[in-house]
Amino acid sequence: MLTKRIIPCLDIKDGRTVKGVNFAELRDAGDPIELAALYALQGADELVFLDITATVEKRKTLSELVNKIAHKINIPFTVGGGIKTEEDVSVLLQNGADKISINTAAYIAPSIIKSFAKNFGSQCVVLAIDTKCEADGKWYVYLNGGRQKTDTLTTEWAKKAVDLGAGEILLTSMNHDGTKQGFALDITATLSSTLPVPIIASGGGGESAHFYDVFTTGKADAALAASIFHYKELAIPDLKQYLNNKGIPIRL
Amino acid sequence: MNTVIIQYNAGNIQSVLYALERIGMTAVVTDDPSLIQSADKVIFPGVGEASTAMQYLKERNLDVLISELKQPVLGICLGMQLMCRHSEENNTPCLGIFDEQVQKFTTSIPTLKIPQMGWNTICDLKTDLFTSVPENSFAYFVHGYYATIGAHTIAKTDYILTYSAALQKDNFYGVQFHPEKSALVGEQIIKNFIAL
Repeated sequence: MLTKRIIPCLDIKDGRTVKGVNFAELRDAGDPIELAALYALQGADELVFLDITATVEKRKTLSELVNKIAHKINIPFTVGGGIKTEEDVSVLLQNGADKISINTAAYIAPSIIKSFAKNFGSQCVVLAIDTKCEADGKWYVYLNGGRQKTDTLTTEWAKKAVDLGAGEILLTSMNHDGTKQGFALDITATLSSTLPVPIIASGGGGESAHFYDVFTTGKADAALAASIFHYKELAIPDLKQYLNNKGIPIRL
Repeated sequence: MNTVIIQYNAGNIQSVLYALERIGMTAVVTDDPSLIQSADKVIFPGVGEASTAMQYLKERNLDVLISELKQPVLGICLGMQLMCRHSEENNTPCLGIFDEQVQKFTTSIPTLKIPQMGWNTICDLKTDLFTSVPENSFAYFVHGYYATIGAHTIAKTDYILTYSAALQKDNFYGVQFHPEKSALVGEQIIKNFIAL
């Protein structure tokens, strides 16, 4: 049976792993290659590396770091941050990335989703969406690491992106990110039950029960978390054993 | 040991090279016919679309070359599918090494996503390719098309239906999953192939 995926996310800044609370107050969480190898050994199903400063400071994602990671770990990994062109994607895939993640650049120029899917295959195009539930109860798309609001509904943008060729959606709830109070179950379930591609839920995972909830009520195909793994608040083997005991299909 | 990875217009070729390097081996990535023919082991990887890949191979006569290889050959993912007779992906005639057909996953259940993406179990394991690999080991899959069960099936997986996770005929082996991304299980399978 196809299993639900547990995905540690390593936010990278200046070659180090960082994790913010509500996208601010960055704090150093360690060497990314060391962490990546540890997570792979512990049973992480995939890894995501996001160069979180890339869009703002117009830096390219650290392809050298990607190459080192690819030589070290034996599970699939996604790289995101500042990817805009086919050349950007090509360099990352050549250096060993399995998938690339795009966010703001895809919103500004949706045609890149189509060209990336055509040239590299939908399976390697992950569309990341930062979303926030506003006072009107609707979920809107945010850009530039959550600093810029748009008037676009998350459901509409996700559907358009999938139609253009996005192979997976990485959905981060800004309301939940960093809170450790649980994932955004409603919007995750809405996307997962209306779109044909896998949905990775992100933001808010604080304890094992939150992951159970997002795989059942939230209908997520995968769940991503960062700080709880980095700061050893929750060990991946314990989380996976818990989910397995609760009847969730998990790779042990 | 002289291992060659066939270079063509498909993804994940570097990943296969890095996987070999992780287990202390090396390989040459090339589309040079003489290097491919003289190799001890040939790996035929691939992520992408069937008709584009077949067209590329035909333009370089690599289709005939691959079919006539005598040393152990390992097709991975699209590579394995291209070694079958025919793919429903853009109605593409393939190399015809394996008789099994490549068909598209279809389902009316919305929670079953297509392509299948993630870790699934492999069972009914046969041949030395799976030496020291326990039944129901997990492997990493990404695919929207599958090979049917047939005489050449040497591993099976369930997703929507039961299909061939691996195929073998004479010196030709194919795996639908990605051993280069399947953690320790994948490393064992790569080691087994190199040891054939």
